[in-house]
Amino acid sequence: MTAADLLLGVLFLALTSYALFGGADFGAGFWDLFAGRARTGSPQRRLIEHAIGPVWEANHVWLIFTIVLLWTGFPTVFAGVAATMYIPLTAAALGIIGRGAGFAFRKTSATLARQRLFGAGFAFSSLVTPFFFGAVAGGIASGRVPPWTAGRGAVLTSWWNPTSVATGALAVGGCAYLAAVFLTFDAQREAPALVPTFRRRALWAGAGVGVLAAAGLLTVRADAGGLADRLWRPLPASLIALSAVAGLASIALLALGRYVAVRLTGAIAVAAVLWGWAAAQYPYLLPPRAGYSGYSGSAGSVLQDVAATPAVMRATLWAVLVGVAILTPSLWWLYRLFQTPVRPSSATDADGER
Amino acid sequence: MEYLLSPSLLPPSVSVLAEAATPGDFAAARTQMAFSLGWHIIIASFGVAMPAITLFMEWRGHRTGDVHYRLLARRWARAMGVLFAVGAVSGTILSFEMGLLWPGLMGTYGEAIGLPFTLEGFAFFIEAIFLGIYLYGWDRLSPRVHLLSGVPVLIAGIAGTFCVVSANAWMNQPKGFDLVDGKVVGVDPWGAMFNRATGPQSVHMMVAAFMVTGFCIASVYAIGMLRGRNDRYHRLGFLVPFTFAAVMAPVQVGVGDWAAHYVADYQPVKLAAMEGLYRTEKGAPLHVGGVAIDGELRYAIEIPNALSLLAHWNPNAEIAGLNTVPADQRPPVNIVHWSFQLMVGAGFAMLAVAAAFGFAWWRRRRGWLTNRWFLRAAALCGPAAVLALEAGWTTTETGRQPWVVYGVLRTHDAVNTAPGLRAGLVVILVVYTLLTVATAYVLRRLARDKPVPAAPQESDVETFPVP
Repeated sequence: MTAADLLLGVLFLALTSYALFGGADFGAGFWDLFAGRARTGSPQRRLIEHAIGPVWEANHVWLIFTIVLLWTGFPTVFAGVAATMYIPLTAAALGIIGRGAGFAFRKTSATLARQRLFGAGFAFSSLVTPFFFGAVAGGIASGRVPPWTAGRGAVLTSWWNPTSVATGALAVGGCAYLAAVFLTFDAQREAPALVPTFRRRALWAGAGVGVLAAAGLLTVRADAGGLADRLWRPLPASLIALSAVAGLASIALLALGRYVAVRLTGAIAVAAVLWGWAAAQYPYLLPPRAGYSGYSGSAGSVLQDVAATPAVMRATLWAVLVGVAILTPSLWWLYRLFQTPVRPSSATDADGER
Repeated sequence: MEYLLSPSLLPPSVSVLAEAATPGDFAAARTQMAFSLGWHIIIASFGVAMPAITLFMEWRGHRTGDVHYRLLARRWARAMGVLFAVGAVSGTILSFEMGLLWPGLMGTYGEAIGLPFTLEGFAFFIEAIFLGIYLYGWDRLSPRVHLLSGVPVLIAGIAGTFCVVSANAWMNQPKGFDLVDGKVVGVDPWGAMFNRATGPQSVHMMVAAFMVTGFCIASVYAIGMLRGRNDRYHRLGFLVPFTFAAVMAPVQVGVGDWAAHYVADYQPVKLAAMEGLYRTEKGAPLHVGGVAIDGELRYAIEIPNALSLLAHWNPNAEIAGLNTVPADQRPPVNIVHWSFQLMVGAGFAMLAVAAAFGFAWWRRRRGWLTNRWFLRAAALCGPAAVLALEAGWTTTETGRQPWVVYGVLRTHDAVNTAPGLRAGLVVILVVYTLLTVATAYVLRRLARDKPVPAAPQESDVETFPVP
């Protein structure tokens, strides 16, 4: 295993974290959109706010890591993706602004009209942002992004094509599914009356994502044969099977009311799809459109050809190692603190400053 | 690369190596980057300096038992939470824009500036975690631990600033790599990070962040005092941040001199543009004001030999003029010259107010504090600090043009060739306008809430708007 492999692994870990944690936050916005009218939906919206309020910013950092590690370790890949995917990535960036600002400002708004306006911004951008990210992934996987050194790909069809639409829809569905699973557990602690609602949604979302995934596989077969062939190699195929098994297990666990265990299986179901995609592409970071065969060795987008200088890889990996050593105890403290109740001496004047 | 050799396989639109952005799209990309960076730099300044000032207030509150300190600390902590959230978003947009607008920079040199950005990612994460602990921990931690939990926010903020500025410094002093046939090889990431410009640029930026934050917060309370709210709460809210900034004002003059010496030694063309010096001269004069027309600076007041003296501590030193490089390698003189003048002018105006403040403190003339003219001048220091920040940043960025990486890569060769960058600019302008309005609205609401002195452990169980 080379330093480039290791950095790619770290990059994918960051991406997986973003998909799981950031994805669940997007999914929460999805359910916020469908929570119903202002009055009837208010308990659900409160639960959603409570669940993602303290964590959404920290979850967001994974995206920054993914971007930075990509341009540090594989600069031409980053530049190629950014240049070709100008439209969906700009849209995703705007979605990130809209979601963060909408969420934060809704909480501080006093009137219902303002809350509605900011809330709509939050919910709508939560829906479209994952679609664009998914569409970018689909465009990369189906070989529509050339590396920067080979020029820019098509501005529109690189992300508006059958595979991209399928992966975009799958991303939206996956986020909604994760959020429903996580929120079922949160509802159990915070608002037990909402457990049946979110359990039902998790079950439906799980089934929906299964259908979307199956449809996606068929789409890829028709649209990007090279990718489809790679997906059925042993490693990616077993990851896809793992995802399917975990998805089915989640449905069973939800039906049984095991809301802690289902968080794990739900996360595995989503993460396995991502790693299946990675395994199918490896060692191509940007596979050629014409298919994988015949491009071994000298193709410009193979891992070792696009990797940065070894000194950069080493320095970055060391930085990651030291960073993780500081982050882990800090994060542990943060999460533990939220489990700690407020000190009783202060509960008496809880309205001190508002 | 291989599939490019058989272009018949591909639609013609894919082979775009020689494609160039239209002048309109190029201008749009530059405007968008300047706008979103110029927006973020203000918010980020607060992210660096506000924790220090807030922690100082909290510490004083513990030491003196004066409830006003704690109330102010708490109020500022909330504002800090809002600004941090907004800054996190605008910072993320910048990391997108680096690639979306300048793939030519990132595709070739991404690895050279990647390390500081990776480190900054961790610094930002640590800042976010401890800010969360600090904001949510008022009632969950003992006062001492709570105070200490704010220290990593401060350290991470400063470290993050250093990292980001070092990447910008690298664009001024590209070091730590070799170019072989247009390909970057042998990158030394630490050498790239610690280049000649890193020291003066990052210190200049950090001191500026303290001035912007201190003067801006003080402005708010100075206006409150001008409106007759002359109580201890407002006086402290004015005095402490103003003192922070006032102490930094003379420091910034020294740091600015260091930065100017660096520019004189290593980016002579930028210095020539800053001063509107077209011809190389011995004993060059300092130009105050003036407009560059047809290759010469007109209507400027000249201070003989002053530029040579300031740049090299020698009144007869030779200063390279713009004529040392071809016309297509010169930055736009008027923008650079005038933004530099604005920065220096605003800096010395703030220094004058700070000096008056220091004199009042030294001679124990407390009456000055409530003098309306002093308060008006102090209130103006906030906008002046922001103006100086933006003008200084414009000076260094525009002064580097036409290069994005000084002497190595032209900005025009780095821009994305995708059509429609102009549409992107319009959308970004609209979104940032909305974001500005919403941020101002939330901050105003935070400021309007009446402070209520409460028991030592005032609680805030109702969660903050952020994070």
